[in-house]
Amino acid sequence: MIPVKDFVICRVSGRALPLRGDDIDTDRIMPARYLRCVTFEGLETHVFEDDREQAAGQHPFDNPAYRGASVLIGGRNFGCGSSREHAPQGLQRWGIHGIVAVSFAEIFLGNCVLLGLPCLTASVGDVQELQKLVEENPRSEVCLDLESRKVSISSNGKEMASAPASMPEGVRQSFLGGTWDGTALLLSAPADVRRIAQSLAYTRAFA
Amino acid sequence: MRKNLLQKIWDAHTVRQLPGGQTQLFIGLHLIHEVTSPQAFADLRRHGWKVPYPDRTFATVDHIVPTAERSRPFLDTLAEEMMTAIERNCREYGIALFNLGDERQGIVHVVGPELGLTQPGMTIACGDSHTSTHGAFGAIAFGIGTSQVRDVLASQCLALSPLKVRRIRVSGRLSRGSYAKDVILAIIRKLGVQGGVGYAYEYAGEAVEAMSMEERMSVCNMSIEGGARAGYVNPDEKTFEYLKGRSYSPRGEAWERAVAWWGSMASDRDAHYDDEAELDGTRIKPTITWGINPGQSVEIDEPIPRANEVPPADRASVEEALQFMELKGGASISGTKIDVAFIGSCTNGRLSDLREAARIAKGNRVAAHVKALVVPGSDQVRRAAEAEGLHEIFRAAGFQWRDAGCSMCLAMNPDKLVGRQVCASSSNRNFKGRQGSPTGRTLLMSPAMVVAAAIAGEVSDVRQLL
Ligand code: SF4
Repeated sequence: MIPVKDFVICRVSGRALPLRGDDIDTDRIMPARYLRCVTFEGLETHVFEDDREQAAGQHPFDNPAYRGASVLIGGRNFGCGSSREHAPQGLQRWGIHGIVAVSFAEIFLGNCVLLGLPCLTASVGDVQELQKLVEENPRSEVCLDLESRKVSISSNGKEMASAPASMPEGVRQSFLGGTWDGTALLLSAPADVRRIAQSLAYTRAFA
Repeated sequence: MRKNLLQKIWDAHTVRQLPGGQTQLFIGLHLIHEVTSPQAFADLRRHGWKVPYPDRTFATVDHIVPTAERSRPFLDTLAEEMMTAIERNCREYGIALFNLGDERQGIVHVVGPELGLTQPGMTIACGDSHTSTHGAFGAIAFGIGTSQVRDVLASQCLALSPLKVRRIRVSGRLSRGSYAKDVILAIIRKLGVQGGVGYAYEYAGEAVEAMSMEERMSVCNMSIEGGARAGYVNPDEKTFEYLKGRSYSPRGEAWERAVAWWGSMASDRDAHYDDEAELDGTRIKPTITWGINPGQSVEIDEPIPRANEVPPADRASVEEALQFMELKGGASISGTKIDVAFIGSCTNGRLSDLREAARIAKGNRVAAHVKALVVPGSDQVRRAAEAEGLHEIFRAAGFQWRDAGCSMCLAMNPDKLVGRQVCASSSNRNFKGRQGSPTGRTLLMSPAMVVAAAIAGEVSDVRQLL
């Protein structure tokens, strides 16, 4: 079994990177040509590559002020589109260890859970306020607190603002309990799996 | 009773409740392809995990395969490496692979149904978001990421959160020139690209019942574009008729038992739904996307929206889209010049799509400045189309006729847009950069409308050609 202790994630904190815009799809996060690979290694260098190219240095991922950020602040429907895990893999390898956004696409969210990358949602107003505060003061620290379900921002150790943030309860429990990497759990009941497999008419070819 | 199809399938496949509220769900059919599987197999090896149900997984190659020159090794060494990886992985773990040269090869969401692998009442998973396609058969089909592909390989299960069901009824019959593609584009436009978050969509109503299985697949295919986790149509006589005699369909006495079980999985008449929506199918017109997500669409005779006309929350997106597409709010989409016409993909690369496209193309010529491509969704579709002579019609009209694959739907292969090219495309995504050029532009529409655009050299109303 997995040593659960090392997997417990109660909070993610660090400097943040505000990424404005809704419906940011995974094709933008990781262009398809970088899916021609048999490992996820090195994907961090291609995160938002085409958007960054078109923004000619003005993209938040190229802004030196946000270098080393570990929290991404996104908009509505973040991570929509393709199921490519290459997108969250790239973000995580770039250094993003938590995301707060107005909402997430579900496959993206599921992928993030299995990578130990917590995604929390907050209201449009709170997310925009957070983005603004970080833009004004990129050195401030953002904390995603899974235990108390809130996101807060502080500067020089002083909290400037905080807001409620949420994630599906089952997922939250899996982070707090260190069980988000759930393969071992799925593997722990082979007899139950066999029972269901055998109970289904189609696995017996309707014989 | 009073259960909908999702609840019935969910219950039948529940292995157990997991701590925290997720369900461990048995996956009846697992489909894999070359792009999202290599890292999953690498994980299996790292942990020393086996594949306990190798006969429940089937593999094909589609995303990276060239559609013109297919000899091995591929010129693209990265693509070649991925091919070698899936060949080795399938061999080592005892998984059936529909490789190049195999007549079963094709886009994963085209081959599953046409081989009869996809059946009602199943749970299906594939490392690809358009897995929702298989819901057309009354299955619950999930698009998953690579870590989940690993989970299914290792355990034949997924850990999933419960889903709500929204029934979407499309009433009436479609009018001439309107297709399944227009229906799903209209649904996404009405409910939004994230309207489906937390839901599976059940498509119902007269228009959906009247659809062929291939049309239902086009609708279910783009459920994901509306944010839904899955989409399905209840199985009926048409479903059974389609499945009869397919390679993996049950035969003889087993067939009768299968039909009975399949039918029992359909939603009960008075089933519970978490939400309902309704569209008037008779009013749906040929629809085209003008923007950079599949919800940004207009009907052919409707002006492109102005940023100041949309709700404040959408304004920034609309401005960004208009700027990227170089289109003007208030202008007509009709008459937009195109450079490339693409017919194919898991949304609209099936035989009925090609038949309708050929019917319209027949006797016409693709405009001189347009590069036009027809890419069958599978090798079986290619052979069936050729047997009917469709390839000759396309070629005579100036279309290129290719081998099966994803091609220009996502351009991980040699088929790509160049620079700022505008593509009239029968595929499912108009995201920035989707078709291979970071600045390329995509207009999504039905295959029939793609033919009309190819001939006119600009977006035009297919109804004038019917
Ligand atoms: S045709 Fe397009 S959407 Fe369908 S599986 Fe291939 S790349 Fe994905």
